[in-house]
Amino acid sequence: MTSAEMPGERFRLSMLIYDTRYRSLTIQVIALISFMLAAAWLVNNTVQNLAALGKTFDFGFLGTRAGYDINQTLIPYTNDSTHGRAAIVGILNTFLVAILGCLLATIMGVLIGILRLSPNWLVSKLAGTYVDVFRNVPVLLWIFAFFAILTDMTPAPAAFRGDNPSAQMIFGAVAITNRGFYIPWPVLAPGWQLVVGIFALSVVAVVAFGRYARARQEATGEILPTFWIKAGLLVAPTLLADLLAGHPISFDFPELQRFNFEGGGFIDKSLIALWLALSFYTAAYIAENVRGGIQAVSRGQTEAAAALGLRPNRIMNLVVLPQAMRVIIPPLISQYLNLTKNSSLAIAVGYMDARATLGGITMNQTGRELECMLLLMGFYLILSLLISSIMNWYDARVSLKER
Amino acid sequence: MAEVAFVRHEMEPPQAPPSGQVGPARWLRENLFSSWLNALLTIASVALLWWLVSHMLPWFAHGVWNAGSLTECRQIIQATWGEGASGACFAVIRERWQQFLFGFYPVHLYWRPTLTFFLLLAALAPVLVSELPRRLLWFSAAFPGLCYWLLWGGSLWVPIAIYAGFVVGHLAQRLLAAAGYGLVAPFAAALATVLWWLYLVGPVADAFASVVPLALTPVASKLFGGFMLSTVIGMTGIAFSLPLGVLLALGRRSDMFIVKALSIGFIEFIRGVPLITLLLVATFLLNVFLPPGTNFDIILRVIIMVTLFAAAYMAETIRGGLAALPRGQYEAADALGLDYWKSMRLIIMPQALKISIPSIVGNFISLFKDTTLVAIIGLLDPLGLVTSIRADSNWNGIVWELYGFVALLFLLCCYGMSQYSRYLERKLRTDRR
Amino acid sequence: MKQRFLFGSAIALVLAAGAASGATLDDVKARGTLKCGVNSGLAGFAAPDAAGKWEGFDIAVCRALAAAVLGDAEKVEFTPTTTETRFTALASGEVDVLSRNSTWTFSRDVDLKFTFAGVNYYDGQGFMVSKDLGVTSAKELDGATVCIQTGTTTELNLADWFKTNGITYQPVPIATNAEANQQFQAGACDAYTTDASGLAASRATYENPDNWIILPEIISKEPLGPLVRQGDDQWADIVRWTLNALIAAEDYGITAANADEMATTSENPEIKRLLGTEGDLGAMFGLDKDWAKRAIQARGNYGEIFAANIGEGTPSNIARGLNAQWTDGGLIFSPPFR
Repeated sequence: MTSAEMPGERFRLSMLIYDTRYRSLTIQVIALISFMLAAAWLVNNTVQNLAALGKTFDFGFLGTRAGYDINQTLIPYTNDSTHGRAAIVGILNTFLVAILGCLLATIMGVLIGILRLSPNWLVSKLAGTYVDVFRNVPVLLWIFAFFAILTDMTPAPAAFRGDNPSAQMIFGAVAITNRGFYIPWPVLAPGWQLVVGIFALSVVAVVAFGRYARARQEATGEILPTFWIKAGLLVAPTLLADLLAGHPISFDFPELQRFNFEGGGFIDKSLIALWLALSFYTAAYIAENVRGGIQAVSRGQTEAAAALGLRPNRIMNLVVLPQAMRVIIPPLISQYLNLTKNSSLAIAVGYMDARATLGGITMNQTGRELECMLLLMGFYLILSLLISSIMNWYDARVSLKER
Repeated sequence: MAEVAFVRHEMEPPQAPPSGQVGPARWLRENLFSSWLNALLTIASVALLWWLVSHMLPWFAHGVWNAGSLTECRQIIQATWGEGASGACFAVIRERWQQFLFGFYPVHLYWRPTLTFFLLLAALAPVLVSELPRRLLWFSAAFPGLCYWLLWGGSLWVPIAIYAGFVVGHLAQRLLAAAGYGLVAPFAAALATVLWWLYLVGPVADAFASVVPLALTPVASKLFGGFMLSTVIGMTGIAFSLPLGVLLALGRRSDMFIVKALSIGFIEFIRGVPLITLLLVATFLLNVFLPPGTNFDIILRVIIMVTLFAAAYMAETIRGGLAALPRGQYEAADALGLDYWKSMRLIIMPQALKISIPSIVGNFISLFKDTTLVAIIGLLDPLGLVTSIRADSNWNGIVWELYGFVALLFLLCCYGMSQYSRYLERKLRTDRR
Repeated sequence: MKQRFLFGSAIALVLAAGAASGATLDDVKARGTLKCGVNSGLAGFAAPDAAGKWEGFDIAVCRALAAAVLGDAEKVEFTPTTTETRFTALASGEVDVLSRNSTWTFSRDVDLKFTFAGVNYYDGQGFMVSKDLGVTSAKELDGATVCIQTGTTTELNLADWFKTNGITYQPVPIATNAEANQQFQAGACDAYTTDASGLAASRATYENPDNWIILPEIISKEPLGPLVRQGDDQWADIVRWTLNALIAAEDYGITAANADEMATTSENPEIKRLLGTEGDLGAMFGLDKDWAKRAIQARGNYGEIFAANIGEGTPSNIARGLNAQWTDGGLIFSPPFR
């Protein structure tokens, strides 16, 4: 018996190109080699150029004294702090405006998206105009415009002065000036942990009670007066704790001094302008998403809900929006990403975000363009990868529910 | 048979509906006051409109068009409308509108960008309006060279010689294919084209130019500014990003791991960082990455970065178009025995691109808006010009007139384009049903 | 076909842009234009007019340089730069010379590898406040809000000065001078700090200039001047001595109008050397004999440039002060032409 031999296959060089089994491998190897060559070429050029400029590549400058001041900081910072700390202040400021912006943009966007579908002719036209105007003018212009509006429309601190001032503090606690908003700020004395802890516990209790009440309603049909019980749960223990601990949490109110309001908290105008501009701009896009999402829910759903006797706002809340969410959320998150990236225009109004500290003043004062740009781009890249992974996670979660 | 006392033979004429059910009253009731919530919203909207109009109208109405400086404007307004009146000083727009449109382009050469703009519309027409004869696409293909020649000036032979590179490549491919090297032919053709561009474009163009000059006054790109600069950056960005985007999109959908990884890496990197950081790279670092001594002007550097930026977004758009094609199209192409590039070129891409056009227009709108960021790196686009006009001691202190003018122009352009893209979308949707 | 074309012409454009190499003077002569980096807008110092023509105190230096090197004061390409981009523009060779109210500091000269060609304006950082505040000295500004332009030395000076004097402030960083003025006038900051020349120029354009006062404290030395890349001594010399020629011309009474006449009639040997009727100074750095005469004729001598752009009677209305000739008690001084 002889075993059947497979016809021998000899490898020839031309098979790399002509044989489809090898061709893709060939192409990939070529692609990889050319990519590596290109990268090596870039690195080589960079090394040569840096040597010619007499520059080195090191991140030591992050540990040296920054020497400049920052107006809005979330962590303690003075001009004696290091460039590294300035960069962190900037990064935190980016997070601050991005998170505030996403919140406001979502609220406004959903509202305007729903108003656009309103049967009220005037309202839907106004909402449509809002969307068109804000989407078709560059965001940088909006940032400048909001800054200018705040400058022109709000009074200077000097207007609060004198016997008959032309501007008044709201409730004697909040001063809206063209430098920013001065607000009361909590001052914590010993024992504050007790009050805050009790408050946190009451929040937990309120949530637990809400669940219990709903479960009970579903089981027995009995409706508990949840609002009053919840309010009591929320307020009473905290007040009691506050009394027992001897009012450890007090508020520091801003007061007009020689030049400015002093004391309390301060929100810089640049932050407000940037926040509003980014939110209003992004809200226009979100409104379109929301409108598209709602329209994607078939009319039959609305009609069926109406046939069940639900009121219009309940139809919206219980039937349409939950279904529209699936369409709305993915583009919504990419709008969040856009908003975060657009926040890098902060320098236009002098808000010190990551681009303005690390990629602005620090880069300018130290002349470390390459290092600063690498750090800055790395930061934004990580941020957006983070946001898009959240999006993918949510996508996966939502699509699982689809049956 | 009972007598019927009364039979009505004539119908009563119908009564007119109650006054609340007809005409404007009914419209008002149904559209504005159908419920208390609606009524509230209506009242709020009217109040908002009234507030806006009452604040802005006097400002517009008091506007001054003829003045040489802001101080003069203020004097005129005070003289005409009394002490304390405020008004717009549109005189600055009147004096500078040409700068807003053309930047510092020589005044006697304004006809060149203007002509280019109309030619651009003509070149875009066959791409955007499918009813036009396909042969016009040849003009669209020739337009970039023409545009380069008209805007930057110099010899017409340079763009012609660059175009000749394609002919060279095409011939090389024909010859090699005829000689039986069909599979290496595309690579060899590409190589021939690149070699032609690298070493022969200059001499050939010079040789022809010495016989027949065909030259226009050269204009340095330093002099580009205003909306012309925005349009140039935006249009070149979109045009150049199209081929790159197609390649990247194909790479991302490819089965080859390395090609796919490289494409995804590039696309996600560019989409992950803000455009302003790329522009900062163009200003600060591009020269560092290129061979020592290389140096070209900032507008070209910006165009390169903007092209890379747009390419990543374009790739995603085209990938969307590719994904939207039914699988049958791919299978049919395979069944016909077409190889990968032929099936892409003849069957897949024409359809995918057609589906993607509305999104590409959308891409262009956002790119066009994003060109304002070049103001941050010191280029004199409309927003950059606002800064330098405000530095003019005649106009120091002017804000709203300038920003308003720029915003209005952007609004008109972008709104027009977005309406067009919506129209296209509707049209394409019915096509496929 | 079309797609490949677009890609191709991108490459071609890049290549056509060419590469810079060799000595700056040769490049400038070969190119036929001088590339000059300037402020994108600072009243009196650099701003484009309605016709797009750049004029100003810093611009005049570029014009004189172009006249000296190329024989035509109009052959200048101006590159507007921001405080952030200016040094990169010079270092990367995008401009041949930067004439943009930049302060001569140790680190810029040594660490950033530039050569300052001289000083065309002696400045110092000052403060401007509203008269209503009743402030007479900057030391009374404890707790005040101060507007500053970002990316400049003023930002660092300000921090240092307040620290030295043990008082605090709230900074409001602004990207451009025009915007900073807007904020300051609206009362969004109590004080505006920048170079004293800039303060004077800004105040002149305000609706009621008398309502604002410039405080007496000058908290820093800001010698402003044109700068070039380090390592091309010939080019640095040309820029330095063009500036010196303008200064010397004022000293000797040579103006744009009488330069031709002085060249032939003057008996003063230094004037004759300067204007090229005696000796050949220009040849020593690769220019012709008349280089200095052309530089002076471009926009006039130092005094004429000052008077026309920022001097008394112009909107900026700045007195000569430190910038008077050394013979009048100022600091402006040219080494001898010998």
